[in-house]
Amino acid sequence: MRITQHPILNFDRGKELHFTFNGQPMTGYEGETVAAALHAAGVKVLAKSLNLHRPRGFYCAIGNCASCQMIVDGAPNVRTCITLLREGMRVETQEGKGKIK
Amino acid sequence: MRELELLIIGSGPAGLCAAISAASSGAKVLILERSFQPGGQLIKQTHMFFGSERQYASHRGVDIADILLRRAAEFGDRIELMLNATAVGFYEDNVVTVLKDEKEYFKIKAKSIICATGAFEKSLAFPNNDLPGIYGAGAVQTLMNVYGVRPGNRVLMVGAGNIGVIVSYQLMQAGIQVAAVLDAAPRIGAYLVHASKLARMGVPILCSHTIKEAIGTDCLEAAVVCRVDQRFRPIPGTERRFDVDVMCVSVGLSPLNELLAMRGAAMRYVPQLSGTVPLRTVDCETSIPGIYVAGDASGIEEASSAMAEGYLAGLCAAAGLGHVPEDYGARRQEYLGQLEDLRSGPVGDRIRAGMKLSAL
Repeated sequence: MRITQHPILNFDRGKELHFTFNGQPMTGYEGETVAAALHAAGVKVLAKSLNLHRPRGFYCAIGNCASCQMIVDGAPNVRTCITLLREGMRVETQEGKGKIK
Repeated sequence: MRELELLIIGSGPAGLCAAISAASSGAKVLILERSFQPGGQLIKQTHMFFGSERQYASHRGVDIADILLRRAAEFGDRIELMLNATAVGFYEDNVVTVLKDEKEYFKIKAKSIICATGAFEKSLAFPNNDLPGIYGAGAVQTLMNVYGVRPGNRVLMVGAGNIGVIVSYQLMQAGIQVAAVLDAAPRIGAYLVHASKLARMGVPILCSHTIKEAIGTDCLEAAVVCRVDQRFRPIPGTERRFDVDVMCVSVGLSPLNELLAMRGAAMRYVPQLSGTVPLRTVDCETSIPGIYVAGDASGIEEASSAMAEGYLAGLCAAAGLGHVPEDYGARRQEYLGQLEDLRSGPVGDRIRAGMKLSAL
């Protein structure tokens, strides 16, 4: 799902980073957001809605709509569309409101 | 609590130009940006801008962001840019509360504040509109053009305005198939030069069509569209199914200016400006002295007008703080003239009508 050839843009991907999604090992690149790295790996369902538990993906990519909130390193409600990926990050699908520990 | 002269909220085209303008008059500026990178939505715009040289016509948006950031950097510590910093509150005594890095929470008090908070993509109501795979068109633009990631394989674009048509073309540049572009209006809203590019590539642009429903379990699998009559009512029996894994919703933007409403600025719903906007003077000052607005937060236009408004708001806010440059009058006339040019002609009719309704 990554673009390798583009008529206008060159994508200088940073260092390869390792993270986990629901315990599964994944790779992404430095300089990209958690949501972008997950998309590149084909993961589109990021959370479940509060009441009806419907699947949620990302919608706005500017940190405004709350559709992409996930649990990152144990913290819930992280807006993954504007959160940069870091080495060793633990990313999990969020069900409902999430608990602040 | 940190106290300063001029605070600018947002580092998109309006905020950056406001900062450059105010700093060149001698003001000291802090810009708050909620993202980890500055430039607002310029950073994903790979198409060339129209307009005049003064608004960087024939440059790509992404390059304009670089130009503005380099110009801002020339002012050294007169312009400070704080990233990952979301303004979450705006109070009567001009205190703005800031959430930084999702951890620190603190107050900033400024003598003058320019709200350049931009806009948000509108959504549409239809069954299953919340399925993953359905995005704002601008969000897909970010995913492709900033991160180099494809949203999927085959796209249905809802909305044939400039964003819908430009993003459709950019999807094709990224190697993604565009099944169709549709719009409820009887004609294409985008500039013809952009729409023609798509037509030449063989993408059907379906006017007088709307999205009826999305189909899928965990993610989008298909979409059903249908014709609408002159009053935008669906015509039964005209349904068509498209097997797509991506749908982009490009039905306009809403101004983001809740902070100004919270501060108590006089607001008004102005459909011509695409939502609720603050009332303002020709110099972009709101009903509260010293509080300014610039760019899409004051009504949806284009990046070129956002830049001109930013320069004007920055000049006037700095002047209000006592930084009146020798060429104040000439600069003010220059920016007002740019805005008049950008809003001239039949394309600007709607904006001019909206400006009248939001004038103080």
